[in-house]
Amino acid sequence: MLTDKSKEEIRRIRGEYPDPDSALLPALYLAQKDYGGWLPEEAIDAVAEIMELAPARVGAMASFYTLFQRQPVGRHVIYVCTNVACSLLGAEHLLEYLGHKLGVEPGETSADGRFTLVEVECLGSCGTAPMMQVDEHYFENLTEEKIDRILAELA
Amino acid sequence: MQTNVLLRNVGVADSYQIETYVQQGGYQALAKVLEEGQPSKVKEVVLNSGLRGRGGAGFPTGRKWMFLPKGVYPRYLVCNADEGEPGTFKDRVLMEHDPHGVIEGIIVSSYACEVEHAFIYIRGEYNLGYQRLRNAIDQAYAAGFLGKNIRGSGYDLELSLIQGAGAYICGEETALLSSLEGKRGHPKLKPPFPAAQGLYRKPTIINNVETLFNVPFIVLNGSDWYRQWGTELSPGIKLFSVSGHVERPGVYEVPLSTPIRDLVYDICGGPKDGVPLKAIIPGGSSTRMVRADVAMEARLDYEALCDVGSDLGSGAVIVVNEKTCLVRLVARLAGFYRHESCGKCIPCREGTDWMYKILQRIERGEGRAEDLPLLLDICNNIAGKSFCPLGDAAVQPVRSSIERFGEEYEFHIREKRCMVDG
Repeated sequence: MLTDKSKEEIRRIRGEYPDPDSALLPALYLAQKDYGGWLPEEAIDAVAEIMELAPARVGAMASFYTLFQRQPVGRHVIYVCTNVACSLLGAEHLLEYLGHKLGVEPGETSADGRFTLVEVECLGSCGTAPMMQVDEHYFENLTEEKIDRILAELA
Repeated sequence: MQTNVLLRNVGVADSYQIETYVQQGGYQALAKVLEEGQPSKVKEVVLNSGLRGRGGAGFPTGRKWMFLPKGVYPRYLVCNADEGEPGTFKDRVLMEHDPHGVIEGIIVSSYACEVEHAFIYIRGEYNLGYQRLRNAIDQAYAAGFLGKNIRGSGYDLELSLIQGAGAYICGEETALLSSLEGKRGHPKLKPPFPAAQGLYRKPTIINNVETLFNVPFIVLNGSDWYRQWGTELSPGIKLFSVSGHVERPGVYEVPLSTPIRDLVYDICGGPKDGVPLKAIIPGGSSTRMVRADVAMEARLDYEALCDVGSDLGSGAVIVVNEKTCLVRLVARLAGFYRHESCGKCIPCREGTDWMYKILQRIERGEGRAEDLPLLLDICNNIAGKSFCPLGDAAVQPVRSSIERFGEEYEFHIREKRCMVDG
């Protein structure tokens, strides 16, 4: 459910912009947090309601942007960049390593529900490649050992 | 050879806090313009400085500002912080380490353009940058640098910060506006250009983070000061994001027209592990790749890179050594543009998909003799025929690599394996 706090925040943001529709991106972020990291149909409807927009418009918005998840995700989402700079420094190998370690292909969630692995485009961390983002944090200059340590520390 | 203007606060303790910024001489450009009270004078000094857009297009900033129609209000200013061009990470450094510098650039530029509501659109993945900017904006409001009657001048400015959600296309200015209006990130037809009719169909100036960041320095020191660096057409200083096969990748600040060789060899320590270089992509993945020996004779400015058949772009220098398979690299980039095509126009949507599939099959050793002319033909049907610059961008790595490194493709197709892996 969309929390009262989120609803209040969405109303505030609607008032901040000359056109209230500008609050749609922030509203979807808030909803995604409230619904456990993804946007089920119910979340789309709740956002549509408070934004005074058609659910189809909200759904189309959510499906356009890659940071909105339309499927359930694990407790942590791991985004691995394999674009040019990371690729030059071995990112594909690290993606394979992670997949092997978690027993998943990119796009899948580990059996224990802890991790969703996602292959992504450039995250602007090219000077510290290869890198991955876990939830909201960047981890840079990755090696296999470093990945082991990072994953071990996440519940 | 390196300058220390734009990056002067990077590395200073608590550089992102307002006290530090003010101690380092921050918000003095704002004080100066408010005291003088002449927006047109600010516009003039920026025009005379020759500052050009640092997001990639290189359009003269002062001239862009002059396109605002007279007497039409409200007007908006949007800071494009949707840094997504592969290889580019300079704006991230500015926002994380010097968010008040970004904000002062926005306030001074908004004042010049008589804007009373400005927006920062930052890419969704830049969480630290977002938090630093959020904190800095709150501090700037509390200190009276934002809001009503700024420092008693009578000038009002609101600044909104919004996060994108993972779409490269939103770096394109009209797609960014669509996104900011709560829509899918589809580009809009130009004209009308945003300066005439942009956000909420009002006159809108859209400038890159680094562009706006330069403005307070120019206002404080004058256009002649800025022109002590670079060339007549490419004046000033520029941040370069260096990545790939060099010993010390990172963001560096140098005068425009610095030789690429100096940046790669002296500043970045030369090729990683001493492996000879094969190619340079000088301005982000959407600029044409150049043979390393040719690139090493070139200078980092808009005109000089054009002369060697490429572009300055966003200043993202991607260094590629001879152990790299270019077919594989270009196939990866083709996958990127295929993923990021918004699907609005057919040449880009279908063309990027075809290019990706053909490059994949060449890479797998299933290439056909007719694949290279076919790829070039697809390039010709995307470039100049797409709705927005994404299509043109997608063509650059493919076409330039076939033209300049054709032997690698031919080997792949003929021998059904990679030239580099042996």
